[in-house]
Amino acid sequence: MFQPSPWRADFPAIAALERQHQTYLDSAATTQKPQALLDALSHYYGHGAANVHRAQHLPGALATQAFETSRDKVAAWLNAADSRQIIFTHGATSALNLLAYGLEHGFNEGDEIAISALEHHANLLPWQQLARRRNLRLVILPLDEQSHIDLNQALQLIGPRTRLLAVSQLSNVLGTWQALPALLAHARAQGALTVVDGAQGVVHGRHDVQQLECDFYVFSSHKLYGPEGVGVLYGRPQALEQLLHWQFGGEMVQLADYHGASFRPAPLGFEAGTPPIAGVIGLGATLDYLASLDAHAVQAHETSLHQHLLRGLADRDGVRILGMPQSALVSFVVDGVHNADIAHLLTEQGIAVRAGHHCAMPLLKGLGLEGAIRVSLGLYNDSDDLQRFFDALDQGLELLR
Amino acid sequence: MSLSSEASQALQAFQQARGWEQRARLLMQWGDRLAPLDEREKTEDNRVHGCESLVWLVANQQGGQWQFKATSDARLLKGLLALLLVRVQGLNSAELAKLELGAWFTELGLERQLSPSRSNGLHAVLQRMAQLASAA
Repeated sequence: MFQPSPWRADFPAIAALERQHQTYLDSAATTQKPQALLDALSHYYGHGAANVHRAQHLPGALATQAFETSRDKVAAWLNAADSRQIIFTHGATSALNLLAYGLEHGFNEGDEIAISALEHHANLLPWQQLARRRNLRLVILPLDEQSHIDLNQALQLIGPRTRLLAVSQLSNVLGTWQALPALLAHARAQGALTVVDGAQGVVHGRHDVQQLECDFYVFSSHKLYGPEGVGVLYGRPQALEQLLHWQFGGEMVQLADYHGASFRPAPLGFEAGTPPIAGVIGLGATLDYLASLDAHAVQAHETSLHQHLLRGLADRDGVRILGMPQSALVSFVVDGVHNADIAHLLTEQGIAVRAGHHCAMPLLKGLGLEGAIRVSLGLYNDSDDLQRFFDALDQGLELLR
Repeated sequence: MSLSSEASQALQAFQQARGWEQRARLLMQWGDRLAPLDEREKTEDNRVHGCESLVWLVANQQGGQWQFKATSDARLLKGLLALLLVRVQGLNSAELAKLELGAWFTELGLERQLSPSRSNGLHAVLQRMAQLASAA
């Protein structure tokens, strides 16, 4: 039975891609953008760009107001208590690097940082390199058979030496939601700071950072149907106070002379230089658009498509699904067939999926794989997209076998 | 530069191919023709990184002429490697440096396989060849 997406027409690129015979199933990498975002960018640039937090002139005041309104919208989206807890960065990666440098002073040799075995490189490498700089121990929380962080082992491994826990909310390879409440509560009880990489999680369902009780929550705009070049770092006030300034430059400073300076607190103290103004305003417009949708309908649509995807793959001979995906995406390999060959033939047929290690090389290696194909969904996908993918997969496999 | 008979044969076959299926079949056939590599030749030095699949490129210069061997664990990439080798086999460094390999794959109707955004490895192999040619 055909399952349409009621929101498909809100994303003009989907129709453009269709005209190029492209079926977009790579939303976990980046998403297509709603018309509301295009309009906001066009309005901002069409009505007078100006730098923020600097100028007394009218365009500057309007840009600053729009920029700060976006901060309010992000705070509301995450249910942060105060907009000052929202720092704009240049992406999730730069938010995580800000944390790894800004918190560095609090670590002493022999301290431990815990991450999980399924982390994206963005939530692995900043901590790995911090551990190397400071002689810390990076503890890797193993996965259980359902491709979740193994809770029993995690509760053992996170101990009094653990100074920080950094985990993904939703795996970008396995599509599994991690048991954050239990993990975070345990880490907190050990006196560790908690960082949640919400890059995938934020796209699927609304999450309340106060309820999560994490110290930091990170996501990137472009995976949430917003523009690239914008990331968000939420922090609890007490956690933000521990963050030392990292990048230095314009507008993050209070007073400066040639030999010394004092810096602003969060958020502006962590937004050195001109921020991505249009991008931040665009993210605000995207959040307005997303907030206008029926969240239950979106979730029901995504769940149903995801089930359809899982069933279709499970029905095919030799297809092996990685882990037990719960939402948003499915990664798979086909026995006896190289994933690069499948990817090649899907590309030939206009199916845009991702092949390879998905920026999680250690995870793939742990699964004994060089790579996998990942199909990921956005709210604009419909069941015809999946049917085209299945047909292309069947044709490709027939050729390869 | 005139084409070798194998290269001319490849060009004719691919220019006549209609549709992605026929091109894919041809690629697999050409891949099967690649001379196999000894396990001894599959060294880390001969590995070409930057590919989603395993790729090896073995290069030898005899009397100023390059002789290449290459293989991959991915079948379609093997085909692309075969098409590359038929074009460059026996060239000297100056000829190799001058050769527009992009144009060669365009003639074959396979230009999209060369894009740097593709992680299929062909791009990385070409870069390795260019390094070899300029270093020799």
